[in-house]
Amino acid sequence: MELSGSEIIIQFLKDEGVKHLFGYPGGAVLHIYDALQKQDDVMHVLVRHEQGATHAADGYARATGKPGVCLVTSGPGATNAVTGIATAYMDSIPLVVITGQVPSHAIGSDAFQEVDAVGVTRPCVKHNFLVKDLTKLAETLKKAFYVATTGRPGPVVVDIPKDITAPHIKIPYVYPEKIEMRSYNPTSKGHPRQIKRAVDLLLSAKRPMIYSGGGVIMGEASAELRQFVRKLGYPITQTLMGLGAFPGTDPQFIGMLGMHGTYEANMAMHECDVLLCIGARFDDRITGVISKFCPYAQVIHVDVDPASISKTIIADVPIVGGAKQVLTEMLKVLDKTEKEIDSTALEAWWKTIGSWQSQDSFAYDKNSDLIQPQAAVEELYRVTNGDAYITSDVGQHQMFAAQFYPFDEPRRWINSGGLGTMGFGLPAAMGVKLAFPDKDVACITGEGSIQMCIQELSTCLQYDTPVKIINLNNRYLGMVRQWQEFFYEKRYSHVYMDSLPDFVKLAEAYGHVGIQVEKPADLHDAMKEAFKLKDRTVFLDIITDREANVYPMISAGKAHNEMDISPLQQQKQASLKAEGELV
Amino acid sequence: MRHIVSLLVENESGALSRISGLFSARGYNIESLTVATTEDPTLSRMTIITTGSNRIIEQITKQLNKLVDVVKLQDVTEGNFIEREMMFVKVKAEGESQRAEVHRLSEIFRARIIDVTDTTFCIELTGSGDKLEAYIRAMHENNIIEVVRSGSMAILRGEKALTL
Repeated sequence: MELSGSEIIIQFLKDEGVKHLFGYPGGAVLHIYDALQKQDDVMHVLVRHEQGATHAADGYARATGKPGVCLVTSGPGATNAVTGIATAYMDSIPLVVITGQVPSHAIGSDAFQEVDAVGVTRPCVKHNFLVKDLTKLAETLKKAFYVATTGRPGPVVVDIPKDITAPHIKIPYVYPEKIEMRSYNPTSKGHPRQIKRAVDLLLSAKRPMIYSGGGVIMGEASAELRQFVRKLGYPITQTLMGLGAFPGTDPQFIGMLGMHGTYEANMAMHECDVLLCIGARFDDRITGVISKFCPYAQVIHVDVDPASISKTIIADVPIVGGAKQVLTEMLKVLDKTEKEIDSTALEAWWKTIGSWQSQDSFAYDKNSDLIQPQAAVEELYRVTNGDAYITSDVGQHQMFAAQFYPFDEPRRWINSGGLGTMGFGLPAAMGVKLAFPDKDVACITGEGSIQMCIQELSTCLQYDTPVKIINLNNRYLGMVRQWQEFFYEKRYSHVYMDSLPDFVKLAEAYGHVGIQVEKPADLHDAMKEAFKLKDRTVFLDIITDREANVYPMISAGKAHNEMDISPLQQQKQASLKAEGELV
Repeated sequence: MRHIVSLLVENESGALSRISGLFSARGYNIESLTVATTEDPTLSRMTIITTGSNRIIEQITKQLNKLVDVVKLQDVTEGNFIEREMMFVKVKAEGESQRAEVHRLSEIFRARIIDVTDTTFCIELTGSGDKLEAYIRAMHENNIIEVVRSGSMAILRGEKALTL
């Protein structure tokens, strides 16, 4: 088969099984768009801004486990994509981003729409390529998919000069089934002796704790994790990125940990004597101050990326390997071992955890005349039976979503954890809806974040992706305001979202349905109505309590046992103490 | 601690910037970096001198290994190794006594004079960084016109080697 560069790209995507391509045309990719137009195996989704393309592909990848694919033009097309690439990089999401480049002979001449895309994206990709030779195009694309999806996944950029895609130059094409790279051989199998040591250590624990992260989801190890944790009967906490790997409604799950995690999860981290960390990386939002992190614990760290191990927290038992493989091996060891769990100690440990749980660290004012953001998320949970795909933006609403929408399945909770990219939620929801048209998809957002990629409402109409936008509108950049309240003596600097648009009219202008809710009593009906409109994108503008805060909170320089707790929890703590019920 | 890390990397454009970019992005030190193609034209060999605590060095080697272009890596300082650096020094050499002085000094350091004009000498000197610095110190400061140092390269003694 003789194909041009453009045809090779499209044919390759088909052969690779790519169904959706998120992109935006421009000069340097015109040849590719011409080839794209002549087929309909790969569906192209025209976004309204390249950032939207990368986030949509990212949401698609997080929900499906398949790589997300983007096509953007040179120069501004590439630079607009950078935020989305960096977002995927921080959360280890497999993306392949094809960027057009000016013709080879013009590279370096400051040509129109020229930017050194390989240079610009270098610090935020797993790897990138500049295709200099048409005969290497298919092989390079294969390498890009291989690198993006194996080991610790991540985004890969392939920069393709326009002349490489010229329609009149044709070469033979064969789909490269396999690729070998001498410099890239990710390990996935953990060391057997270390695995044995880890299981022994876990069994010897008096106050064990399991802390899992996004690596379990990316590594498709959710089933193994469930089996392992249930077998042990130990408490488990999950990171923001890991929610859903272990069911959020399971009694062994004691809530998310970290800066806005539950009181019980953070206290248990502080007090535990053996910690198994699997597929997480001891991020600073998780650990609090390093010097006071898990002071009594021996740490087992399982990660597919050797560089994550002992980067911030030194592992007593380091295991380099994929979560699935390592957990499978650990289960085998557990089956064979004669060692037994110290059930008396475990019972006492659960009792201690229970006393922390009884303080109800997520308590909020349920009798308020104002809609509490937590109540809105809880209502969303009820209306969707806890079975929706939830994307979020970044800020208070993201934390409320993580706290009040327990996920029982992996890949349901889709948010920008590492980079914290506002504007992520809506395009990501679009990507998820394209992958799962029959599922409920909601984007929990705020009036600040939603405006960062609001143009994608237009894409939602064009491609018929009826997502529900749950806008927790507090007329503030809430998380920034919260920090200014706590740490800057309420000097609210530039957090007031002055002259906000009328979101209902805005949604209507884009061809969607807009509903505003101001009273707690109307919340249920409005939410019901939004999800009843199956075929419509609905913008639910929920006017919430302006000054609601996210609790508990670990402030900078504090340890897990030094959380700031809500006024309601303080009252509860005092009354439990008075009754002598605190362990 | 000072460490010498030797790397075999794919001889591709951008490999060098990935490696130097890693050091700057993560705030690691580079004392020197040398790079050239090997006998296999698809591979370049890099020698990086860096400093840091054991934990930082461990991170540096892990992060370097993570780069897709890095084929193989070795912390040479963990073994028994030979280290050399090359230097060119251009000095003023006017008049009999000054020329004799430069000559004598170069002999002591086993340096070679590789270019001569009426007013200058160019000297080539190979050795450890300390030796090169000692030579510069011994030379009168205002005599020096130009100094070019290659940065260090290193190789393990004995049979151990960094090869594919």
